[in-house]
Amino acid sequence: MTTTATATALLTHDVGLHARPSVKLTKLAKTFASHIELATVDGGPWIDAKSIVKVMAAKAPKDTVLHFRAEGDDADAAVRALVELVERDFPDGAEERP
Amino acid sequence: MTTAGGRAAAGAATAGGALAGRAAAPGHVAGPLVRLAERAAPRRRAGSPAQEAAALGQATALALTDLAALAAATEGDAADILEFQIALLEDDALTGPAFAAIAAGHPADRAWGEAIGALVRDYEATEDDYFRARAADLKDLAERVAAAIAGETAAAAALPANAILVARDLAPSRFLATDWTGRGIALADGSPTSHVAMLARARGVPMVVGLGPIDAASGTRALLDGDAGTLALAPDAAGEADFAARAAASARDAAEAAAGAAVAAASADGVPVQVMINVADPAELATLDPAICDGIGLVRTEFLFHGRAGLPDEDEQAAVYAGILAWAAGRPVVVRTLDAGGDKPIAGLTREGETNPFLGLRGVRLSLARPEVFAVQLRALLRAAPAGDLRVMIPMVSVPAEMARVRALVAEAAAALAARGVAHRLPPVGMMVEVPAAAIALDRFDTDFVSIGSNDLTQYVMAAGRDEPSVAGLADPADPAVLRLVRMTVEAAAAKAVPVSLCGDAGGDPRLVPLLLATGLRSLSMAPTAVGRVKRTIAGLVLGHDPAPAGAAAPAGAEDPR
Repeated sequence: MTTTATATALLTHDVGLHARPSVKLTKLAKTFASHIELATVDGGPWIDAKSIVKVMAAKAPKDTVLHFRAEGDDADAAVRALVELVERDFPDGAEERP
Repeated sequence: MTTAGGRAAAGAATAGGALAGRAAAPGHVAGPLVRLAERAAPRRRAGSPAQEAAALGQATALALTDLAALAAATEGDAADILEFQIALLEDDALTGPAFAAIAAGHPADRAWGEAIGALVRDYEATEDDYFRARAADLKDLAERVAAAIAGETAAAAALPANAILVARDLAPSRFLATDWTGRGIALADGSPTSHVAMLARARGVPMVVGLGPIDAASGTRALLDGDAGTLALAPDAAGEADFAARAAASARDAAEAAAGAAVAAASADGVPVQVMINVADPAELATLDPAICDGIGLVRTEFLFHGRAGLPDEDEQAAVYAGILAWAAGRPVVVRTLDAGGDKPIAGLTREGETNPFLGLRGVRLSLARPEVFAVQLRALLRAAPAGDLRVMIPMVSVPAEMARVRALVAEAAAALAARGVAHRLPPVGMMVEVPAAAIALDRFDTDFVSIGSNDLTQYVMAAGRDEPSVAGLADPADPAVLRLVRMTVEAAAAKAVPVSLCGDAGGDPRLVPLLLATGLRSLSMAPTAVGRVKRTIAGLVLGHDPAPAGAAAPAGAEDPR
């Protein structure tokens, strides 16, 4: 059953959404079937959360509020997992689903 | 290093059927030839869009496999950077435009270059230092895939035992990626003074260059003589026996020299000569006894940038320098700041497309143009300095203003560390004399010590490129013009009361050592494999009791590079 989910998380990572956190974020996003997007400003522009090129291009600095939205069978779980990744400050191993 | 006998005969066949080239690194290897796949013609022939799409698909798959293997063998920041490259390569947002360009009729190499080039420019154009640094990772990725499209594999293929690698020329990065134990190198082109020849001598890998076309298939049995500079193809029994005898004699000679290596060097009449070693990679130190030398006269730091993605950070560099100082156990260690450019390009750092890289942005010129990279190295050196007798050497200095600028940056680095509360010490800062301008007017420079770089000094004085086989005869460090500049440098250093040494290949060549010591030099730095032979050469010389050059009283301690 297709659902839509949205949520926000505050980016506290020191260097912002740079290579290492972006790699973790896109890796985690890719473990979900849903179409997942993120934005650095409420209302967009929305970018593909599974694309490292686009996530890096957002150049989100520390203290950015990240907006997530997902559409698909596992949309709720996807948004929850991504918010947790950001709130737990991208710990090692967190890009793999439990 | 010149080979008087081999010069005229280079590229010719000898009476015994062997190819004659120039000796680049001593030693003997008997085994099968392995041809290094020649780089595909610079302009590869493009196929149909379907073939080009397949070529790009295979190239990215190969690059992904290589990156995954590298990442598995790497830890920390370096692994993160590799993971980043893997994620990029898996992203349709990067590869999609390349495949679209191929569908529109572009060849795979150009389509790939344009797709990733756009991203590189985007990263380079940002204000953020972090993003600009990532541009180097993107370029690394760009080159990896481009090489795969061109049919090269990034990882060196494993060579069979006793293999003799045959190629037109060999890149230093390829040399460093290969295990050469028991193996040798035969090059159609190349020069004994090239960077890769120097690495071969340092690692004890027999190497002959300038052989001309080597017309034999992989698997052909061959005899490589790195002492005589020859390569015999498909030898007969007599040739094999003769070679085995020469190899055994050479090995005996080397063993005798090695046995004497641990004794401090002195001439027949008792004049001490300081013998230091050149280190191209700290990994070499693991198998060396520090007792063979009076210290390290040259640590090249280009190794920090080889075989890695991204630039090494301050912590990593400081740890490497401290490790070298620990090995030296109190002996002096001269670390040369990054000497990139010329024949030592570093992706993402050196400039491409210079018409003459040897006269371009290299050595200290590049460091001063990229102070953000230089500052990291200076801070790391200052942090390591308390661990031993560290001295910092600046390459390619041409004018006094460069040394003044370097000293200002050293002071800034010290202030930055002090502000962070990090322990450090200010080491002596000296200069390499390799640009003729520095040799001619050394009195004008503010330097704590001097080290003569004979390889570059020779090529600049003689206007004969280190990597150009056709003028190798001119690039002679024994030329009177070069030796006069060496003597002038020794005298000028004595007048300034600063220590002077020489760290080029000439210092490790037993034929040149007598000429160098005759200029008044009493400190030489050389490849570790040359130490035994050079000490034996010195022991046979009568130097007289006045080591100072005529007209310049040597201040007390002038021979100690402190």
